Amino acid sequence: MPAFDYAPAPESRDLANLKPSYRPFIGGEFVDGGGEPLKSVNPATEEVLAEVGTADANDLDAAVRAARTAFEKTWGPMPGSERAKYLFRIARLVQERSRELAVLETLDNGKPITESRDSDLPLVAAHFFYHAGWADKLDYAGYGPGPKPLGVAGQIIPWNFPLLMLAWKIAPALATGNTVVLKPAETTPLTALVFADICRQAGLPAGVVNIVPGAGDLGAKLVSHPGVDKIAFTGSTEVGKLIQREVAGTPKRLTLELGGKAANVVFDDAPLDQAVEGIVNGIFFNQGHVCCAGSRLLVQESVADELLEKLRHRISTLRLGDPLDKNTDVGAINSREQLDKIRELAESGEAEGAQRWTSPCPVPDRGFFFAPTVFSGVHQSMRIAREEIFGPVLSVLTFRTPDEAVAKANNTPYGLSAGIWSEKGSRILWMANRLRAGVVWANTFNRFDPAAPFGGYQESGFGREGGRTGLEGYLDV
Amino acid sequence: MSDRVTVAKTYKLFIGGKFPRSESGRVYPVTDAKGGFLANAAHASRKDVRDAVAAARTAFAGWSGATAYNRGQVLYRVAEVLEGRRDQFAAEVGAAEGLSERKAGAVVDAAIDRWVWYAGWTDKLASVLGAANPVAGPYFSFTVPEPTGVVGILAPQESSLLGLVSVLAPALATGCTAVVVSSAERPLPAITLSEVLATSDVPAGVANVLTGRAAELGPWLASHADVNALDPTGAPDRAELARAAADTVKRVLPVPTGEPDWTQRPDIARLRRYLEAKTVWHPMGV
Amino acid sequence: MSAPTLPAALADATRDDASLRRFLHGLPGVDQVGVEARATALATRSIKKSSKLWAIDTAISMVDLTTLEGADTHGKVRALTAKAKRPDPDHPDTPQVAAVCVYPDLAATAVEGLTGTGIGVASVATAFPSGRSSRQVKLADVALAVESGASEVDMVIDRGAFLEGRYGAVFEEIQAVKAACGGAHLKVILETGELASYDNVRRASWLALLAGGDFIKTSTGKVSPAATLPVTHVMLQAVRDWYTATGELRGVKPAGGIRTTKDAIKYLVAVHEVAGEQWLTPQLFRFGASSLLNDLLMQRRTQHDGHYSGPDYVAVD
Repeated sequence: MPAFDYAPAPESRDLANLKPSYRPFIGGEFVDGGGEPLKSVNPATEEVLAEVGTADANDLDAAVRAARTAFEKTWGPMPGSERAKYLFRIARLVQERSRELAVLETLDNGKPITESRDSDLPLVAAHFFYHAGWADKLDYAGYGPGPKPLGVAGQIIPWNFPLLMLAWKIAPALATGNTVVLKPAETTPLTALVFADICRQAGLPAGVVNIVPGAGDLGAKLVSHPGVDKIAFTGSTEVGKLIQREVAGTPKRLTLELGGKAANVVFDDAPLDQAVEGIVNGIFFNQGHVCCAGSRLLVQESVADELLEKLRHRISTLRLGDPLDKNTDVGAINSREQLDKIRELAESGEAEGAQRWTSPCPVPDRGFFFAPTVFSGVHQSMRIAREEIFGPVLSVLTFRTPDEAVAKANNTPYGLSAGIWSEKGSRILWMANRLRAGVVWANTFNRFDPAAPFGGYQESGFGREGGRTGLEGYLDV
Repeated sequence: MSDRVTVAKTYKLFIGGKFPRSESGRVYPVTDAKGGFLANAAHASRKDVRDAVAAARTAFAGWSGATAYNRGQVLYRVAEVLEGRRDQFAAEVGAAEGLSERKAGAVVDAAIDRWVWYAGWTDKLASVLGAANPVAGPYFSFTVPEPTGVVGILAPQESSLLGLVSVLAPALATGCTAVVVSSAERPLPAITLSEVLATSDVPAGVANVLTGRAAELGPWLASHADVNALDPTGAPDRAELARAAADTVKRVLPVPTGEPDWTQRPDIARLRRYLEAKTVWHPMGV
Repeated sequence: MSAPTLPAALADATRDDASLRRFLHGLPGVDQVGVEARATALATRSIKKSSKLWAIDTAISMVDLTTLEGADTHGKVRALTAKAKRPDPDHPDTPQVAAVCVYPDLAATAVEGLTGTGIGVASVATAFPSGRSSRQVKLADVALAVESGASEVDMVIDRGAFLEGRYGAVFEEIQAVKAACGGAHLKVILETGELASYDNVRRASWLALLAGGDFIKTSTGKVSPAATLPVTHVMLQAVRDWYTATGELRGVKPAGGIRTTKDAIKYLVAVHEVAGEQWLTPQLFRFGASSLLNDLLMQRRTQHDGHYSGPDYVAVD
């Protein structure tokens, strides 16, 4: 039997322009940080990529001051049409340097190069393009005439989509006239600092964007900093609650985008092969490191066996390995810490009685990798049905009727996203109406667009990013 | 310093992505504000109007079917190329309108910024003008704005670039295609703008520019059954055109008498006029 | 009307027109956006170096070298058979193509030109390409092909009957043609460009498989669009599902519009990942193409010689 082995097809690492060290970006300059430098590691190889200077409390003060000065002197008074042109320039520069950013993102984060190249980067550019156009049209955004910005926004982003999360934060903030101090995640600071260079190439006035790398304590300092008018956080529900508590009673505005445990609901009249694609995309895209991942498959009993057989076949074709290889589908887990969490939860699945199936794909012997795994016979009471795993692990439950599907799907304090698979339009709309989730995908999954608001119900956070609705988080309305 | 002989530019029509002469073979002389000869412009005929509308119709499916994001990208690219040719436009506008270098530069800057403003509208219109309709029944009902089709535009007679941009860009931003009759006495910037459109990823036929007389060509546009909307700004008798447009129930843009101050930021009346609201209903039930 | 070798559920489906309709319309639908997105994503696979060489050689071995023009002559067919036998005279290790594909009245010439080579002769039949004629004429067409020595018959389904919903008529016609083929393999051309939806492509695929077709083929090449990646995805899924249900292996042939090595490799990736490794053989997958072969030969030379090749270095056929 012929074997169609795909020879290694690595993207060139050199394209990332990797430097040995990176520094915080404050007041329009790269400056030496006073904090303990951190080493950013390539999770696929465990090698150190670069040293990154971090910000200490003084640096943070300087950043907030620079943002405040820029807000009062340059960015705040600037007409929207002029702000727009800076954002358009940034969007264009992101497009031009897309390949460099994509390779760097893959090295730092571990996600496959095809994802950073074909999903992340195009969306990053699109967010800046879209929001650029709002800067001089805020009168039409539905918040009354001449809505005003909040001032200085402190933004804390996670490691799963480093540059994209940066775009989701910075684009609307700047478009609406705010200035920002952004802290990238500890394990993935590199693309944020190249973005800072793009701001320089765009001629963005000093202090409008400040990037302060650091660890969790720096984030806490940013949250509690008195010079900040608004906090935007994407990350775990656990930390989100701490932030909400910290900010409570102060005039600071807050938006949170937290965790999820989305149900992907497949009815017996689903377009089955595309449902399989949607399930696979839902949980294995970005190694499952997605807040809106379809981590619970709810399949109607009558098609469960057929679906699962197709699903296992499809999952077996997923290629796990070197994220820089253009044929890799599933890359590296972002850190040893996260890998340990995934393993612990997977073990609980077995301990609690679910049936485990793992893809027979080869697993590299160095780096942080976890093979795609499916648990069937899962019940709502199990940890793998309730807790966010944030990894390539799918929990499969069944249901008999649409009402039961709704009940099981909603049976969670989370409410970020959901999927519905059916060829019957009325049923899709009926379900969408009843699902307590901020984003509902029907016959598709993981679709993002700067024009479509994204955000959760309940403990998945509040506030929306994208669309007209998303502007609200950065306006004094 | 020797007097170098310059290579004089030829100005033709812009139809279907190409630059043909008028099928009538006619031209007319264009002079600067002081009466000095600038160039001969093609004198478009009703058959050129016919060909331009056909080109615009052919291009409509592709342009309206592109994503709003894509249209925004293309229009922004137009602005980039415009900016690159700023000095050329400033010279042409200065000559046409009798403006100083500084004033002409300011006009061109305003035109570029106007274009950028419209480029940023493409992917916002649905959010601002569309809606989910809270109907009293188990139905999901939504209304989306859709481009109406081919727009016939009589560009302002005085403002040869800023006014032109202000009447053309909104049609393109909504996803419509356009046939524009330029200012009669100040037509040259319109053709240079066409050169920009031709080199900026704007698909052939999306914008078509005819140099000539609004009085002659306006009625043919207004009565054309395959033109969906009409902007009569540059017409000498707007009421007459509006009456002609009634026979095919065209959407006619209400325009004030005289020429407005184009330097003022416009509202979205032009964008709204070129959009149709489509309402869809779908039951919600298991 | 039933085929006795099928598992009960499938045999039931072919009991009568109504059962066939219920079965075909009961198959899961195909979401257009979803299948096209999958086809596009899978087409980004990067096949390099040794796997590219393997893919080129495999693709060459899967080509049904085709000429189907009104202006075809015996001379043209003889030139084609010469090319099929020695695709690249400067590189004798180049694989042979799978078959040559011609109109039935030229099949005998093709057979003569390929004697002793093991290369198949496929003949179109059944009033190709339109399929618009009587059953009698269509079967006579098949008989001409078979008597001329064709080892494979590429028939067209009656699209008119299919779109009218007369699935039983389409089914019976395929069965009749299959019987008339004798030992020759039957490829059933669905003419997917006329079927209008992926749902119909899935239904037509199952219909052809139920009726006994050895291969399902996308197109005649005379209608646009001809073969596309998403359509081929749907058909590959059908033969895979057929295999799961019956244990039988059936083949797929995209035809028309596949001109470059890049395209061909995208199809091989689809075969590999949608159907499975087993289908990566000329017994189960073919390319219906004419100009593709020369591009494959040029790319083969490029891989071996280390520099880009040119059209002057490959023979015209």
